[in-house]
This record gives sequence, C-alpha cells and structure tokens, in this order.
Amino acid sequence: MRNLFSPSAGRGTPDPLAVAAVGASLALAGIGYAFWRRTRNAETDRDDIATDAPHWTLDKPSARALFGKSVLVNRPRTDLFAAWKVERFPEFMENVVSVEPLGGGTARWTIKGPMGREVHLVNSITESIENETISWQSEPESEIANSGEVRFADAPAGRGTYVTLILAYDPPAGKLGRLGAKLLQREPEVQARRDLHRFKQLMETGEVTSNASPSARKSESPVEPHI
Amino acid sequence: MRAVTWQGRHKISVETVPDPEIVNPRDAILHITSTAICGSDLHLYDGYIPGMRAGDIVGHEFMGEVVEVGSGSTLKKGQRVVVPFTISCGACFFCEKQQFSACDNSNPSETRDASELLMGHAMGGAFGYAHLTGGYAGGQAEYVRVPYSDVGPVIIPDDLPDDDVLFLSDILPTGWHAAVNADIEPGDTVAVWGCGPVGLFTIQSALLLGAGRVIAIDHFPARLRLAKQLGAQILDYKQVDVREALNEMTGGIGPDACIDCVGMESHGFTPDNILDQVKAQFYSVTERPHALRQAILACRKGGRVSIPGVYGGFADKFPLGQLMEKGLTVKSGQTPVQKYTGQLLKMIQDGKFDTTSLVSHHAPLEDAAEMYRHWHGEQNEYTKIILKPGLEKGAIEAKKEIAHV
Repeated sequence: MRNLFSPSAGRGTPDPLAVAAVGASLALAGIGYAFWRRTRNAETDRDDIATDAPHWTLDKPSARALFGKSVLVNRPRTDLFAAWKVERFPEFMENVVSVEPLGGGTARWTIKGPMGREVHLVNSITESIENETISWQSEPESEIANSGEVRFADAPAGRGTYVTLILAYDPPAGKLGRLGAKLLQREPEVQARRDLHRFKQLMETGEVTSNASPSARKSESPVEPHI
Repeated sequence: MRAVTWQGRHKISVETVPDPEIVNPRDAILHITSTAICGSDLHLYDGYIPGMRAGDIVGHEFMGEVVEVGSGSTLKKGQRVVVPFTISCGACFFCEKQQFSACDNSNPSETRDASELLMGHAMGGAFGYAHLTGGYAGGQAEYVRVPYSDVGPVIIPDDLPDDDVLFLSDILPTGWHAAVNADIEPGDTVAVWGCGPVGLFTIQSALLLGAGRVIAIDHFPARLRLAKQLGAQILDYKQVDVREALNEMTGGIGPDACIDCVGMESHGFTPDNILDQVKAQFYSVTERPHALRQAILACRKGGRVSIPGVYGGFADKFPLGQLMEKGLTVKSGQTPVQKYTGQLLKMIQDGKFDTTSLVSHHAPLEDAAEMYRHWHGEQNEYTKIILKPGLEKGAIEAKKEIAHV
C-alpha cells in the first residue's frame, strides 16, 4: 500500500534523503499553490460569472466539508430509485452497521468510524420526490452534523441514470481529524464514494465486486477483499 | 495449492497458498491445465508496473477445467475453458459497447481510487496484474477464481489441444486487435515493431485483414525467423537504419500503418533509449518508448499508429509535433478480449492461425522462477513458455521435443 502511487514500487528502497527533498519541494509547491488559489478565488468572488458546473465542484470556502460524486448506472431511473431504500443499504454500504427507523422519516444510523469505534447519526428525510431525489438533514442529537441529497437523473440517449450523492458535514475533530480518518479509510467522503460504486456494481451486475482471492501474504484471507 | 508469486523486482517464487473459493454468485473456480508467461509479465518482473505487492499471484494467460461454480454462473463442472485476461461484467456502459477492457465494475471500490488518481479514470480489472487493475490473483497457479464467469470464459471443444487455444486468453486477440486498430486497407504496407508473441500474432492478423505486405522489426534471429515463416519481410535493426530501410521499401512515403508491439521497455543502443534507461533507474520516467518514437517518425503522412504495447505512465521526448504535423491516427488500449474470442476460436478451427510455432518451451509450474529468468535473459531461445501445473519439477520440454511441432 505504501508504494501504491509510486512508479518505483518494488524496485528497491529509494534514498530517504531524496524522498525528504522531494517531500519538502512538494510541500513548498503546495503552499505556493494554496496562496495562488486563494488570490484567484477572491478575484472570482468579486466577479460573479455564471457557471454550469455542479455546485459541489466549485472551490467555494465552506464551513462544512462538502462532497459530491456522480456515477453512471446502466439501469432505468425508476429501478434505481426503488432500490435506494433502508432495507437494502447493508448490501452496498459497507460501513453502515445498522439503520433503525424512529418514525416520521427519522432514522438512527450506526456507522463504523476510525479505530474500531462506532458513530451514531440521527437523520431526518426533509424531501423525497419519487424517482428524482431524496434529501436529508441531521437532528441536533446526531454525533456528526450533516445534510445531503441523492439525485437520480436520466443519462442521455438511453444510457441509464446519473446517480449523484451530495454530502455536507462537520468533520469530527476538524480538518486534522478528517485527514486522520482519511488515512484510516474511515472518512465519510471515502466511505460514500466507495458505497456509491458498490451500489452501481450491485445494480448493474447483481453482485458487489470483490477481488477476494489467494495471495502469499499470511495476513490475507482468500474470501476477503484486499487493497 | 501451489502458485507463482511476485516477491519484488526480479524475484519470483512458487509458494503454497490457500485455495481460491467462490465469493460471488457469478464466480467459477478453474483447475489450471496450461498457463503461459506473457511479455507483459516481464514488466512486472522488472518492476516497471506500479501497484504490485509482495506475495501477489501472477499470470493472466490461462485455461483449465471448471471444478466449482456459483449459483449465477452459466458454466458446468468439467467444461474446458480459456479465460480472457480482462475481467468484464458484461453489463456496464463500456461492456455494452464491447469495450470490455474498460469495464467499469471489475475494479473493486477498494482498489479503484489509486487507479483513478494515476489514470484519470479507474482501469478495468485484470488477472494477476497489479492492484491498479483490481488486485486479483492470477492464473499461474493450480486453481483460480474467475469472476463474472458467465461473460468471459470460452468453452473449448474436446478435440482442440490446450496449445491450439490457450492464446485466446490474451496474445492472439491482442495481435488481432492491434491489426484491427491499424485500419488496414487492401494492399497496405504494415510495419510491426517487435516479433515477440504479440508481434507474431499481429503479423498473421494484418495479412488476414488484407495487408499487401508486413515488415517486421526485431533483433533476435530466432524471432525474426518466426516472423519470416509467418509471411513477413524482416528487418534486423542492428543491421540497418530502420527508417531509411522502410522509406526505401515504400518509395519514400513510409508504411501506411505502424504497430508498436514492444511497449515500455524498448531494447536498442540508441541515444534516446540510453537516456531513458538512466532516467528509469532514477524513477524520473516510467517508459522507454524508443520503438514508439521510431514508429511515429517512420509512419507515412496521414497513416495509422496502433499501440498494443503496454505503457504504464509518463513518457519523455514524445514526438507530439511529428504526430500532429503528419496527421497520424493513433489507436491503443488493452484488448477487449471478449469481443473477439468467438470469431478467433472459429478461425483457429479453420486453420487460419499458426498458434504453436512460437511455443519454445513447456515447463512445470514448479520451475516458474527459472523460466522467468530465461524469459527475461534469453529472448532468442525462449520465444514462448507454457507452464503446466502437475508436471514434476525439472520436466522441461524444449521445442524440438514437443510432439506436435
């Protein structure tokens, strides 16, 4: 996993000094870029140019972490809307332990968090338009304040449906906590993106894709997926 | 079971690992009877492909007998099947367009992130080929799990021996796809760089698709001899300036189509390749695309460049201006194997392809490490190796001892 992004994977250990130098230059470049972005965004805000870009792709500063992801699913919109229901969530939402309905469109969610902990959310559906969209908003007792929406829209030329998941939330322990959770693969954005892909797999192929297969790594089982 | 595993650069070992199991309804388990070492396995061997992990089971050219099926599989126990190296669901947008190698479901959620980061979009899944393509165990083993077994595997009639059909898994469709991508017109001169197994199938395919002449380029005498046997004219790049020879053979205009069957690790003592070698050692490039550079410069104006050769990332000194100014059409991609297997099986049965001359060795699975060393270091003598699980260690058959050749 450590070498997953590196073209040098498996080709001996790189010189730590070289790695440090590369790291330092990347960090410097990153800081420079952030400043440039901030200046550019400030200019853009003054001159409010219309855009057709989805709102979640705009680099607007926001108090909450905002995430949106669309997938093309090769099935009719009505089938997908019908399948997007609490009873089926455990089939494709890997980190959802349980969803307990409390009545009136409110439900208590138990979700796997970092380091084996569980996180509890209490969310209420605020709007549901048949075959189009479902929106929700968290209640005050929710451990993470969040709101979101799932949208179903026809893809052009009979190519199926664009399914979009939009999620806004207050990262527990702020930005640092979010980074930590990301590293542990238990961050809501990572979870939601993967769950959305699992939904697509399930709807198109009838099963959730798994690479479960043997390896010579003692820590792995041939029936469990691995990275 | 016993399986061939990648342990690091130039480290291959045969290990005892757990047997695969049915995980999803559409799965099947095969008992492998034949499995070949591919040229692209050398890119793993040399550590050029990112995303390998020590302990990965390799191998993506394999066939065998169905021993177990899930409830959604259409296969039956006892059937002999060849399995495409591309794992494809058959139901997504891409599979419906027959772009099977671009399948949008076969790369699992857990591994697709890294693939998306590197390539812009997640690649389709493949057997035994790095975690960027899904991290599936490969078929250089006694058994393998085959997902979506109702879509990929090709059922083989009993009268066809393994050697005749094994290459339906990759290199035959890949050679065919390379020639199809060259949009060959009747009478065309087609130049093919690399007379490895894919190059040899590309030569045959180009002639079958109407090329007037195929000119094959390599430097290993045995491989050039095979190319000539299959009907190509040959150029040894150690004896001639390839571009000059190609121009002089085509009245100065160059070949109509150029096909790069070499990929990311070009041989050749040329300034650009030496520079690429040095840079690759310092991890500043992932490719050594000398053959592709030459193909672009050699191709006639308005001609076609087809790239079945494997590349992994970022290339240096890429002749982009030449590509644009000459108005070349480029087609490339991993082969959508499932698109071609039915048609090609029929062509094998009709005797259109020579699928066996290129096989130089049959060896036991247990001798895989040694075979990878030969495949890497002695490319003149070793033109294609087929591994056989079950053969006793050391029972290696060189070509002249194989009965049917």
